[in-house]
Amino acid sequence: MQVYLPIAEVSVNVFLLLGIGGIVGVLSGMFGVGGGFLITPLLFFVGIPPAVAVATSANQIVASSVSAVLAHLRRRTVDLRMGTVLLLGGLMGSALGIVIFNYLRSQGQVDLLVNLCYVIFLGTVGALMFIESLRALQRTRRKPGTVAPVKPRRQRSWIYALPLKVRFRTSGLYISVIPPILVGMSVGVLAAIMGVGGGFIMVPAMIYLLNMPTKVVIGTSLFQIIFVTAFTTLLHAVTNQTVDLMLALTLLLGGVVGAQFGTSLGSRMRAEQLRILLAVLVLAVCGKLALDLLLPPEELYELAEA
Amino acid sequence: MRGLLALLVTLLAAPLAAKEDIVLGLSQNRVRITADFDGSEILIFGAVKRESPIIEPPLDVIVTLAGPSTPVTIHKKDRRLGIWVNAETVDIDAAPSFYAVASSGPTGEILRQTEDLRHSITVPRAIRSVGAASMTQNPAAYTEALIRIRENGGVYQSLEEAVELDQQTLFRTSISLPSNLTEGAYDTRVFLLREGHVVSRFDTVIDVRKVGLERWLFVLSREQPLAYGLLSLSLAIFAGWGASALFRAIRSA
Repeated sequence: MQVYLPIAEVSVNVFLLLGIGGIVGVLSGMFGVGGGFLITPLLFFVGIPPAVAVATSANQIVASSVSAVLAHLRRRTVDLRMGTVLLLGGLMGSALGIVIFNYLRSQGQVDLLVNLCYVIFLGTVGALMFIESLRALQRTRRKPGTVAPVKPRRQRSWIYALPLKVRFRTSGLYISVIPPILVGMSVGVLAAIMGVGGGFIMVPAMIYLLNMPTKVVIGTSLFQIIFVTAFTTLLHAVTNQTVDLMLALTLLLGGVVGAQFGTSLGSRMRAEQLRILLAVLVLAVCGKLALDLLLPPEELYELAEA
Repeated sequence: MRGLLALLVTLLAAPLAAKEDIVLGLSQNRVRITADFDGSEILIFGAVKRESPIIEPPLDVIVTLAGPSTPVTIHKKDRRLGIWVNAETVDIDAAPSFYAVASSGPTGEILRQTEDLRHSITVPRAIRSVGAASMTQNPAAYTEALIRIRENGGVYQSLEEAVELDQQTLFRTSISLPSNLTEGAYDTRVFLLREGHVVSRFDTVIDVRKVGLERWLFVLSREQPLAYGLLSLSLAIFAGWGASALFRAIRSA
């Protein structure tokens, strides 16, 4: 069954779109990533024009994130206070990011920058997360029968010496708001440049930089992704008119259902396993993008609507 | 003297005999893009109306169907510092979003270069790229790439010997429109040729339009982008909430 997308001006199989939405929804519920780094390339692959794919996936991420956050809220795994602080930084960051993006576009080569950003950040984040969670998994395996170390040591570093301390009860933290705002801001900049929610950077940043418990991290990350991607969707709809409602609706039908399955799947798995899976996924996408940059392309020429 | 007179008569008679008009029929003169639009096939048929007997040499027919023209930017990739980047960019002034040429014989044989230039009949002639020469040393390569990519995508079609011609009078062909069609007025032209010269030409338009929901969404996104964006967001939030509520209901049941 085909559906004609009014803004993208192509006709695509409905079940293909439902499937893409579903897969990304599962991942989004499991890992707390919006799935933008996955859905946009998948949409390119089925023939949706890039501009429409980027804008519409932002809208789709809003839907699956709302669905997943509600599930997390019931489980009390969302740190609303931390989420709000991160969001403040995030919005400042994305405004800055859009300024940088437009400047680079005027200089040309923005595609290359976006691709390089993807490869560098996905590669670094994926590799770090993979190594770390592999170690954590080995630690728990080495001592069968004994209780695994309850908590990795808290880094009592300079982060705890900063002023403006706030108690984040859900995360069990008492730290300054400056590091979360900085984290939110840098993720916001990258998110605007790369056209994604930024969950795949936010999640490890919360775990490793802010020492938040993994269970809380996912819900909190999703919470702030909702607002960042909603902002992006509006911006795309108003300036470029590239949000395709028909495409978004089909994707999110699959996505919201997938997100529910993902959340219950994620709650049944151990944190280390969850992180290893996410790391493998991130590395796979990074590898694909790196190959595109390194291997000679089949078609040297590329069309773009002027 | 008699021979000369006969020659004069034939010379005078020739243009009169060549007066041939096209009577055209279309299976549909408008294409409606609905939500389940999956391409369409247009049957173009017609007859040659003439007052005098058929003259030699034999007739040929070319039918073209062209979508609205837009500017196109073409990037060419090259290897820089080990990675493939867009190294050169060329702007094509205008290229049709869809173009099909159906002919009763090989266009290289039945159509003269000069006539092709005058009427812009074949695919390369339908693309206008005056400015390209100032942007690259090899503008032809870019036009070829544009045609190659769009031919692979099924939006440029060279259908040689796809026009059936009966008794030098009746002709018909069918052109399939792909599912990724843009809106607009599609110019339909029919040419009658003799020895490579265009002897008659008929122009009409096929209207391709989005209808119903497709039309409404498209117009809203262009005329009220803010409302459209807010609508997209509220649908997204509602769908997210709905799925969450539904699943909770299923689980508690």
